[in-house]
Amino acid sequence: MTAPDTPLIELVGLTKSYGEGAAQILALNGLDLRVDEGDFVAIMGPSGSGKSTVMNILGCLDTPTAGSYIFRGVHVEALTGRQRTLLRRYFLGFVFQGFNLLARTSALENVELPLLYRGIAKAKRREAARAALDQVGLTGWEKHTPAELSGGQQQRVAIARALVTSPAILLADEPTGNLDTKRGREIMDLLTSLNRQRRITILMVTHDHDLAAYAHRIVRFVDGSVEPGPAGAGAP
Amino acid sequence: MLWNTVQLALQAIRRNLLRSFLTILGIVIGVAAVITMVTLGNGATRSISAQIASLGSNLLMVMPGQMMRPGAGSTAKPFESRDIEAIQTQISALKAVAPVVESSATVIYGAGNWSTSVVGTTNDYFTASSWTFAAGRPFTEAELRSGKSVCVVGDTIRRQLLAGKDPLGASLRIKGFAAEIVGVLKSKGQGGMGRDQDDTVVMPLRTVQRRISGSQKINMMMLSVRDGVLSDDVVTQLKLLLRERRRITAGKDDDFEIMDTKEIAQTLSGTTKTLTGLLGAVAAVSLLVGGIGIMNIMLVSVTERTREIGTRLAVGALESEVLLQFMVEAITLACVGGLLGIAAATLVSMVLTRMLLVPYAFNVGINILSFFFSAAIGTGFGYMPARRAAKLNPIVALRHE
Repeated sequence: MTAPDTPLIELVGLTKSYGEGAAQILALNGLDLRVDEGDFVAIMGPSGSGKSTVMNILGCLDTPTAGSYIFRGVHVEALTGRQRTLLRRYFLGFVFQGFNLLARTSALENVELPLLYRGIAKAKRREAARAALDQVGLTGWEKHTPAELSGGQQQRVAIARALVTSPAILLADEPTGNLDTKRGREIMDLLTSLNRQRRITILMVTHDHDLAAYAHRIVRFVDGSVEPGPAGAGAP
Repeated sequence: MLWNTVQLALQAIRRNLLRSFLTILGIVIGVAAVITMVTLGNGATRSISAQIASLGSNLLMVMPGQMMRPGAGSTAKPFESRDIEAIQTQISALKAVAPVVESSATVIYGAGNWSTSVVGTTNDYFTASSWTFAAGRPFTEAELRSGKSVCVVGDTIRRQLLAGKDPLGASLRIKGFAAEIVGVLKSKGQGGMGRDQDDTVVMPLRTVQRRISGSQKINMMMLSVRDGVLSDDVVTQLKLLLRERRRITAGKDDDFEIMDTKEIAQTLSGTTKTLTGLLGAVAAVSLLVGGIGIMNIMLVSVTERTREIGTRLAVGALESEVLLQFMVEAITLACVGGLLGIAAATLVSMVLTRMLLVPYAFNVGINILSFFFSAAIGTGFGYMPARRAAKLNPIVALRHE
């Protein structure tokens, strides 16, 4: 489908600034990053180093001030808002630190949500959602609402929701930030197995060195760009 | 996509049933108020028309004095039997000309007594005020001429004093003399202003004048206009005749009054129609307030569901889909509110019309109008919150606490 030398994602000189003139803040300062298909990348860095900004731009929730975001050879920064939404709908999956499940809605319906926006028929939706919940080990919990699930289970539902569309890449912003160490490791095991077995590309932001160790490689951010060094290899 | 969005909206409504119900309560009450007011108003109009029709069709009532003017009335001289004769011979367009002398009296039969109004008149009275006989007969010529002590009773008198007995031939005591019942009138029911029309005893004019009122005066005349004759023309003729007979010189005001029931009917139903419109308009304001209630709750709901909206946008919802979802939610709520309002109005109107003794009729027009008005309110007041939801920045929305 994609030539092996075309990366899934390529960021070139990505810059994002807020404010004007003297009050201008540079959140990203000419950042370069390359993510290949099937990769599992952990992004680390202190607060304010631009991790979240990159995730938002990658997730098409935000646009860069300058530079390029190339997704499978397509310049995303040139797309319209509607096109970016559709890219998000068909190619991206999100896992948030705060889970962001719909309250008073069953796990099954939560997982179905992205399929609903894709216009998939009800029976197919049900089937796919069940399969996704099964994959994250939540068979038997379909009818439960988020309030009836533990934090770890809620995050599994959120991962199932991200997976159900078979996205090109899973963007996880501190997926274990609200969980204890044990649950955090379980989630990491799950992500690792998804990456291995289903060849899903994962880009994850984390503060935890132990969790970052699950990834193939770690990218360190400092002041809006990638820290040079052996661990922060932006390009091979 | 539309159907999916409708499903999403229904899901959101079902997730919080109680709040959804409270949201639409304003619309429910507004719609119910509008429909009930208009239904009751229409019922009242129809009931008034029916009551006036039961007084007698094409009926003219002539009274001495000017009722509509302050201080007048008592000084004007009453009518005499000769006036009746003159009208009968000179105005051919009249079907019936009945003198009426009315006074209240206590009627006794056996151990029972009943206070009622006794009417002295001729057989024309039965024609003019559309009475029919349940039993017996009207008065004979001889009874009328000699002022014989006979009477025709209304249904209320029969029920109150003669229940279970054969009223014909029975003898009532009125003011110390006995009067034989020769006829019973068929019930007409409630008249205007809550008066029981069946609570009456009718006797020959002479009998009442001689034995009860004690004078030759006639308080009122009831005239019935022939079908197909314009009552306006008859009124003009009657006015001229009475002015001449009562020697009223040119330029002076009438000292009598002619009331046309048709005119009264028109005036009264016009008044109730105006009142119905007024009440309906007041109720419509409450419907508008209900719409503002929907907007209020939807705005709160957008703030409360900020994270949810952020999530929807993150999983790939277009702005237009979020807008549509919130619009559909508002419109669905308003429509359900409208339907519940119609149901409530039907129930309340049925009960109230029974209590107020006015006829009930389901008014299709106002029901449809109210429903579409509430749907329009949902659309109008739902747009602003929906737009606000669609315009949310997903990054900010996702971080919203």
